[in-house]
Amino acid sequence: MELIELRNIYKTYSLGEIDLPVLKGVSLNIARGELVALMGASGSGKSTLMNILGCLDHPTSGEYWLDGHEITFLTPTERARLRNRVIGFVFQSFNLLPRTTALENVLMPLTYTKENLNEHQKKQRATELLRKVGLADRIDHQPSQLSGGEQQRVAIARSLVNHPRVLLADEPTGNLDSRTSEEILEMFQQFNSVDGITVILVTHDPGVAKHAQRAIHIKDGLINGMGQSGHEGIA
Amino acid sequence: MKTAFSALGRNVMRTLLTTLGIVIGVGAVITMMEIGNGTTIAIQRTMASIGADTLVIVPGAVNISGVNQGSGSRMTLTPQDADAIIKECPSVRSVAPIVRARTQVVYGNRNWVPTYIYGTTPSFLDVREWTALDKGEAFSEHDVLNSSKVCIIGQTIVSELFGGESPIGKEVRIRNVAFKVIGVLQKKGANVMGMDQDDILLAPWTTIKYRVVASSLSSGNQSSTNTASNAEVTAVSQIYPNIQQNLYYVPTASEQADAPQPIRFTNVDQILTAAQSSSQIPFAIEQITTLLRERHHLRATDVNDFNVRDMTEIAKAMSSTTELITKLLLCVAMISLVVGGVGIMNIMLVSVTERTREIGLRMAVGAEPGDILRQFLTEAIVLCLLGGTLGIMLGRGSSYLVSAVLHWPTAVSVGAIVAAIIVSASVGVIFGFYPAWKASRLDPIDALRYE
Repeated sequence: MELIELRNIYKTYSLGEIDLPVLKGVSLNIARGELVALMGASGSGKSTLMNILGCLDHPTSGEYWLDGHEITFLTPTERARLRNRVIGFVFQSFNLLPRTTALENVLMPLTYTKENLNEHQKKQRATELLRKVGLADRIDHQPSQLSGGEQQRVAIARSLVNHPRVLLADEPTGNLDSRTSEEILEMFQQFNSVDGITVILVTHDPGVAKHAQRAIHIKDGLINGMGQSGHEGIA
Repeated sequence: MKTAFSALGRNVMRTLLTTLGIVIGVGAVITMMEIGNGTTIAIQRTMASIGADTLVIVPGAVNISGVNQGSGSRMTLTPQDADAIIKECPSVRSVAPIVRARTQVVYGNRNWVPTYIYGTTPSFLDVREWTALDKGEAFSEHDVLNSSKVCIIGQTIVSELFGGESPIGKEVRIRNVAFKVIGVLQKKGANVMGMDQDDILLAPWTTIKYRVVASSLSSGNQSSTNTASNAEVTAVSQIYPNIQQNLYYVPTASEQADAPQPIRFTNVDQILTAAQSSSQIPFAIEQITTLLRERHHLRATDVNDFNVRDMTEIAKAMSSTTELITKLLLCVAMISLVVGGVGIMNIMLVSVTERTREIGLRMAVGAEPGDILRQFLTEAIVLCLLGGTLGIMLGRGSSYLVSAVLHWPTAVSVGAIVAAIIVSASVGVIFGFYPAWKASRLDPIDALRYE
């Protein structure tokens, strides 16, 4: 079964009198366990598509099935619950809470979870994830005491703490040097292959897209091509 | 809750500065309230010394052949009534029976007719809030039982009779009865009616009743009256040598018929009582009325054979003063708390703008708008409560300081503390709601992209 299914998605922003169509009928499928790169130049509608995929925004028309749920007509509150349960976000600028330790940053999404966890279980889960991303000895460090790569790892641990189905990474290596980028991307690959988490890398960098199993190109609000770009071929 | 604390903890300095508005507001309110409370109590005490909580019980009027003799003409009040009042009326603080006399007081070659010669008990001083004596000491209950010939005198009598001399231990003569002066009252000045309250002589009521008033109440000048009555006696006895002068008042036949109550052997002219506090006055009046009606065996249809008078005017002035102070303090309190609240709102708005990305992130990871609203509202309330708590401490501290350094009267006001907590929490809700609502309505996409 497909994890993500977009059918004929339109998104139009109205700027006063003028309607600005950004997505003009996007349809795509992403299967469970895929590692996909969503590529496009700036202004191509890439960010808009990512927002819709991440349930941050709803399409003007079209159908979006995520994990078997039709989410086009969900209320903001229902979408928030879905994001909490199903989607993990990794951002270009890390977006860690300042003056808050790595552990607390990872714990943050658990404050909004509907799962019944006690403080100990939460802490255990967060510590385990920080260990997985290789920061076991940094759990009490604040973001200002961590390097860019380490901050992004904290962010990845945070995105995974609710056991999401999909990891949505928006230019995750945009602020990192090439060596660190490589490490981070390998980490995504590892979580994808070992834990079976579906990963969507949103990027404009073909070098990043190379790590994905396939790349989806978007141009002027339309899917341009679904060429293979990964070294492992289509799953 | 925890989130709110950690968010506030991230910027300790700003948190403290923000709460400062509330701290000062609440602190000022508490200080003002405590000083105000102290002032009110001090005013109450002053008012009480004027006699605001005094109740005067006078006998009712007697009607002799259709001629009303006026209030106080009936002899219905007894010293036992006074004892019963203090025992059975919980709203009454103190009771003193009074026997009046108006006659001449003689010392050496000087004489004077005091405005008041009162035969009473030691509790008179308590009723009138006059317990601190200038010199000497007050007479005791024992003196009352013994009809001791002792008295305490007011400042006017001291200056009129003694000039520069110390009156303590000297003897004054009232109707040829020698009274030893054992105490001098403090100066009290004129009362609201302009009567000189220092022109007073106090003695045990038994002494006044049995040794002084027994012969005559009406005579102002003892020597002249004596002369007159002697002259009368002489004149009458000259005409009817066998007629005896009556030493006691004998009711006429018609008076007996109209006021059939037996005249008690011992009666007092009035009973002075003090209520526990001015707010207790209505209860005291009710209790005294019920008690005396019962003691005087009055039927439900009978009118009271006594009157209870209170100082309505003074009591009114007092309650309006107290009310005014309270309202004034309330105004000050409201202004300072509103100012503090606006400060909190300002900082919360800045905080929401500053933390737009954080809000976006929280929304992205699944915080519902309600969660965000709750978080910021909690932060505002925590800020206000923190400010309130610090303010209470500040207020208590400064009111302590004020009473210690400036010697102003202060009194702990529990009401003010409770109100301060409630008000600061509601300030948090009111002024925290708008920023929190604004935060919850942010679009996560815009919030995440916000620089």
